[in-house]
Amino acid sequence: MDGAPPFTRRQTLAAAGLLAVSGVGLASCDQRSPTPAPKGTIMEGGGPPRRGGRVRVACLASSTADTLDPAKGGLSTDYVRHYMVYSGLTQFDERLRPQLGLAESIESADRTTWTIRLRKGVEFHDGSSLSADDVVFSLLRHKDPAVGSKVKTVADQIAEARATGPLEVEVRLTGPNADLPSILATSHFLIVKRDADFRHGNGCGPFRCSVFSPGVRTIVTRNPNYWKAGRPYLDEVELVGIPDEVSRVNALLSGDVQLINSVNPRSTRRIEATGRHGLLETHSGLYTDLIMRLDRLPTGRPEFTQAMKLLFDRELIRKALFRGHATVANDQPLPPSHPYYFPGLPQRPYDPEQARFLLKRGGLLDVRLPVYASPAAEGSVDMASILQEAAAAVGLRLAVNRVPSDGYWSNHWMKHPLTFGNSNPRPTADLMFSLFFKSDAPWNESGWKDPRFDQLLLAARGEADEAKRRQMYADMQVMVHNSAGVAIPVFIGSLDGFDKRLRGLRSIPIGGLMGYSFAEHVWWEA
Amino acid sequence: MAGVFSLILKRIGSAALILFLVSLIVFAISSLLPGDAASEMLGQSATPEAVAALRAQLGLNEPAHLRYLHWLVGLLTGNPGHSLANNMPVAALIAGRLPKSLILAAFAAGVSAPMAVSLGIAAAVKPGSALDRALSLTALSMVAVPEFLVATLGVLAFAVKLQWLPSITLIPEHPTIWQFVRGYILPVMTLSFVVTAQMARMTRAAVIDQLRQPYSEMARLKGLGPARVVIAHALPNAAGPIANAVALSLSYLLGGAIIVETIFNYPGVASLMVDAVTSRDMPLLQTCAMIFCAGYLLLVLAADICAILANPRLRRG
Repeated sequence: MDGAPPFTRRQTLAAAGLLAVSGVGLASCDQRSPTPAPKGTIMEGGGPPRRGGRVRVACLASSTADTLDPAKGGLSTDYVRHYMVYSGLTQFDERLRPQLGLAESIESADRTTWTIRLRKGVEFHDGSSLSADDVVFSLLRHKDPAVGSKVKTVADQIAEARATGPLEVEVRLTGPNADLPSILATSHFLIVKRDADFRHGNGCGPFRCSVFSPGVRTIVTRNPNYWKAGRPYLDEVELVGIPDEVSRVNALLSGDVQLINSVNPRSTRRIEATGRHGLLETHSGLYTDLIMRLDRLPTGRPEFTQAMKLLFDRELIRKALFRGHATVANDQPLPPSHPYYFPGLPQRPYDPEQARFLLKRGGLLDVRLPVYASPAAEGSVDMASILQEAAAAVGLRLAVNRVPSDGYWSNHWMKHPLTFGNSNPRPTADLMFSLFFKSDAPWNESGWKDPRFDQLLLAARGEADEAKRRQMYADMQVMVHNSAGVAIPVFIGSLDGFDKRLRGLRSIPIGGLMGYSFAEHVWWEA
Repeated sequence: MAGVFSLILKRIGSAALILFLVSLIVFAISSLLPGDAASEMLGQSATPEAVAALRAQLGLNEPAHLRYLHWLVGLLTGNPGHSLANNMPVAALIAGRLPKSLILAAFAAGVSAPMAVSLGIAAAVKPGSALDRALSLTALSMVAVPEFLVATLGVLAFAVKLQWLPSITLIPEHPTIWQFVRGYILPVMTLSFVVTAQMARMTRAAVIDQLRQPYSEMARLKGLGPARVVIAHALPNAAGPIANAVALSLSYLLGGAIIVETIFNYPGVASLMVDAVTSRDMPLLQTCAMIFCAGYLLLVLAADICAILANPRLRRG
């Protein structure tokens, strides 16, 4: 975040005020040290950022469904494109805390009614000024079912949003939620022009969209009027999708592209061998989980779910499947890098003996069960095989049904007693728990219902005391770990490969490619 | 010449019927696929209410036969509708991709067809000779090697190791001739590899077949040299089968280039159609299917016409 305009006293005060009311650090003082290089990231040679240069970036997927509408973004290519063209009210830093973006301050006394003041003099690419109306439009459109927004369920928390001044918006939520600044930093909530038609991508972002050809390429050029003085550094970024992993790595190694995401751990040796390319691992909360439906038998029996959780050889999965580019997980969805991660929860071991005992006690030893895995849920097919072997050793017969990615989510996921799911990292503990574990959540994968959990979840949203809030999230992690019908063996690290002349890459643990927002941070050292 | 015209007219009539039947079959089969555009678009986030809302917006609540009729009427009036996946006109999407596929197919055909036909003839002149056996062995091994292997090896050697050629075909908006040619070398090479072998084998068989006919023997008895016998006597009669072999291979270049399009990330129509299947984008899928089918019919027709024009006996018919 170096190169951002100096913060005025007013902004700092506003940020401090927010810190006091909500416990969410929108402070901005610690982010101005030049190019911080936290551990775990690769930085070679110092040197100040320099202007100019063009890079070509290849993401995992690109199809005719590519979009310039942030509400509809569904793939990494979309998120990257949207962060290049649009700006959000807030944006994540390397510790996943929201920092101010288009908002000059975000304040709330009760965490239900929020006042957002906008930065002055911000312009859209067409030259028009950013106004409160644009923000209101951008927020409320997610609630319209016809828009087809990916975050409709999240946006339904917004009861009302209205302009209270030319640069001031008041947002009233249906209930208190201290995480609003984090939610606003996600790519779906990027700010668009009022009544935008999304054909040209008119945003306030660091780059202007000059070519957008779905499934082929997106070319963006530097926005000289970007609201962060001196940013971005690059003159042009070309974004393409190369779905085939081998082709993607080949394109990096042959110099056709300078940055790729979603590198298979098997390719890491090829990339590192050249000496001209580096790898960036992001420890995000991405996981693939085994889902045991609690409303079906025998998966609903507590002995069964406990036994299955004990049958995962997590270390083997981490080493053999992901070649070490993963973190052992503990059957709850918050990764160790998460601010609310509870380190006091004992790690569940690989214990086939205990699993056999539990299965025997439940009379489940001769059961034959199909488990559905698919390439759609990353690594699930191999995990299923490892699980199958461990289960066979204790006398439980699993049949692995490998089904194609195409249609997996609508036809198999959560529809059988034993399936695999896959979840992208979400920026806040609240989102993670609300989307996947709340009793009435549409993606409550295992059908787990615990009224005490739901109460805690709602209470944590409005809790002003940070220590209490932390304790609540710790309790929720314990509850999920003990009784939900999901087994989360590992968090999968996300690997990006890059040409070492591309500088300034760090990891923002919401996803690869610096949380998809690398474009405004990196520079080209030719 | 009348034969040619009546053939063309008949073919156009049957082509229309075939296209209609194909569109029916594609529509019927693709509606058997699980899920629809709305559920695929929402993916993992498909809650029943979100799917219902999107379905209504996309017009998927209409009965299937009505949706088919709308599409058919649209197509006949020159408007194949809008893509369900991104709301762009299908015509615009295809206009961006079809020329690319045609360029790739034309280059591959331009390289492979002359090469295949001359190799086939060279091998046929003296069946069983060292040259023939060497060519046959090469052709058979080329057919046997899958194109993804050819492409991958080509990329590893020429793009990653030597860095002479790009590993993916990204032609900029306004390419220089060198950029253009460089980008196409590897994909064209890969495609030519497979189709050349097939065409050469078919050509060889057709020419040998003619050389065994009594009239060829007569020509040889008259004292004509082997070149004269092959070019003036056998070749016109072999033209029909050769043209058919070439047409079949070329139609493969148009629609079957999916593997090459994937490996080189080449934005052609084949990958557009695969996208359409995965996103259940019926208008786009149907239109792609029509294009492939029409292309195939056109090539077969062209092959028949070639055969007639090359062979005086058929010309009179």
